[in-house]
Amino acid sequence: MTAWLVALPILVPFVTAILAFLAGGSITVKRWISVAGAAVLLAVGLLLIHQVYQHGILVGAMGDWPPPFGIALVVDFLSAIMVAITGITGLAVAVYALAEVDRAEEHVGFHPLFHLLLGGVCGAFTTGDMFNLYVWFEVMLISSFALLVLGSRKAQIDGAVKYVALNLVSTVLFLVAVGLLYGMTGTLNMADLHLTIPQVENQGLVTAVALMFIVAFGIKSALFPLFFWLPAAYHTPSVSVSAIFSALLTKVGVYALIRVFTLIFTQDVGYTHNLLLIIAGITMLTGVLGAAAQNEFRRILSFHIVSQIGYMIMGLALYTPLGVMGAVFYVVHHIIVKANLFLVSGVANRLTGSFELKKIGGLYKSQPFVAVLFLVPAFSLAGLPPLSGFWAKLVLVQAGLEIGSYLIVATALLVGLLTIYSMTKIWNEAFWKSHPDAIEPGTGAVALSRRDYILLTAPIAGMAALTVIIGLWTEPFILLATAAAEQLLNPDAYVNAVLGARP
Amino acid sequence: MEVVLSVVVGIMVTASIYLMLGRNLVKFLFGLILLSNAANLAIFTSGRLTWGSPPLIPEGALVPITDIANALPQALILTAIVISFGLLAFALVLAYCAYQELGTVDTDEMRIAEPETEFAKKASRAWRALSGPRDRAP
Repeated sequence: MTAWLVALPILVPFVTAILAFLAGGSITVKRWISVAGAAVLLAVGLLLIHQVYQHGILVGAMGDWPPPFGIALVVDFLSAIMVAITGITGLAVAVYALAEVDRAEEHVGFHPLFHLLLGGVCGAFTTGDMFNLYVWFEVMLISSFALLVLGSRKAQIDGAVKYVALNLVSTVLFLVAVGLLYGMTGTLNMADLHLTIPQVENQGLVTAVALMFIVAFGIKSALFPLFFWLPAAYHTPSVSVSAIFSALLTKVGVYALIRVFTLIFTQDVGYTHNLLLIIAGITMLTGVLGAAAQNEFRRILSFHIVSQIGYMIMGLALYTPLGVMGAVFYVVHHIIVKANLFLVSGVANRLTGSFELKKIGGLYKSQPFVAVLFLVPAFSLAGLPPLSGFWAKLVLVQAGLEIGSYLIVATALLVGLLTIYSMTKIWNEAFWKSHPDAIEPGTGAVALSRRDYILLTAPIAGMAALTVIIGLWTEPFILLATAAAEQLLNPDAYVNAVLGARP
Repeated sequence: MEVVLSVVVGIMVTASIYLMLGRNLVKFLFGLILLSNAANLAIFTSGRLTWGSPPLIPEGALVPITDIANALPQALILTAIVISFGLLAFALVLAYCAYQELGTVDTDEMRIAEPETEFAKKASRAWRALSGPRDRAP
């Protein structure tokens, strides 16, 4: 029974993808299937959180092969939270895509690919096996490749070349690291690895493999200095694709880092986690400085993904209960806010005709509602109270102060200030100043039909409301993140759940 | 035997990195193909090599009687080969599309998604003047 339950986050998107593919020529049916599938995924995520709350960590042995021999799917609080948040963004983007993605792209297979991507992401969140994690990364990658070039505009091909090249290097590194890990320990089950890693004679070799994982996952999660594929590609596809990429792809890398560096490689924390801390600081700074130099709506946001990844890795690298809790909370907050900002950029493009900040303007005067919808996630990203970003940053700063890492705390605060600078730039250019071609946004050539307007703004409004809710009613979310962090830092419960209680 | 294979992996990785450092996209892809094969060989080697004892259980027995070769690394490699076949096929088609659409396989000249700013143009011109003429091999 549990095996079915933990397989649901993978089954639901795959079944949805197959149905959407089989729906053939009827776009209406495809759309309904897509939205319904995303809604079911969200329900599954919430159900999993509830089940973990009730019964503790859920383990399902696939094909009834007992771990560590077979592949086990393991859902703890972190996995369940990630699946739920995938459901939320999946649903929001699925609705948004109804009004945004080209009909031609829908015909070529946007909906099946979109759900395959969600399936790959959820698989990576739920698996308890290293090689299986590699396979889910590949599922996610191949569908993201296809989504990225859907429409085959020149800029997309150009961005995809860089995205594909660097990500393939990352998967090869990941594969080698998994192979070497197996050679050292003779197992690929994560819980079993937790037990066997301390018994490896040559601990230097373990650290070397750990560094290979940092590089492999670092490329995926866009850490300094491995992030260059991200701002090269994320602004080229349709906005729905950018939004789901920005929300999920890098966060799978972050999730993998959190999982691997709390469960498996904890034997040399002084070296690996300090290295992560330094990387986190530089990642924050380069990302935010890169954003300051950009003048295109989505490219600014892309660079901000990089800088925000730094915060999450900072939480992990501090490696205290508060730090890891902050990292988990930050991931949740960031996914909602960042996807939302990308969705807003799409609306701004539709209303004014361009993503280039120099060529647009006048949104505040003619579309005050859209302006509010931008301000909420933008302020949240920068960390202004009382929005979710404020609490996320507060927790991390407090965690840093607790163990006296003043330099990283100073960096985090400085980057927060510079984030406000970028958001102010977008505000001034797109919303405040008048349109350079004296076009009234949302009229004439850039008019939006009522249906499109509702479909585009409803998901944004929903996610903005969620940011405000997390900000004003923080307690339950903090408690959930704390529970997740406790499970991460006390892997014994995880190991016992997977391998059975040990004498 | 492990030593020989390790050295082979090392040579393959060296060659692939040399190829991947080129600006030519096709060279890069050849490097990547070589690298993924080196990865498979590395997994094979790290799973230990056992000579002439296939992982077979004799009739009537429930467990193998003697030491047998570990079949798991080969299963992993098989999965990895299938996956990398798909990914590399996609990458090759993408490279071909890039050549058709953008008219070049030089990654330095692919600047549509990230147009060069005036400052960057000046900087790269200055750099070129400093570093001497570059080869323009296709």
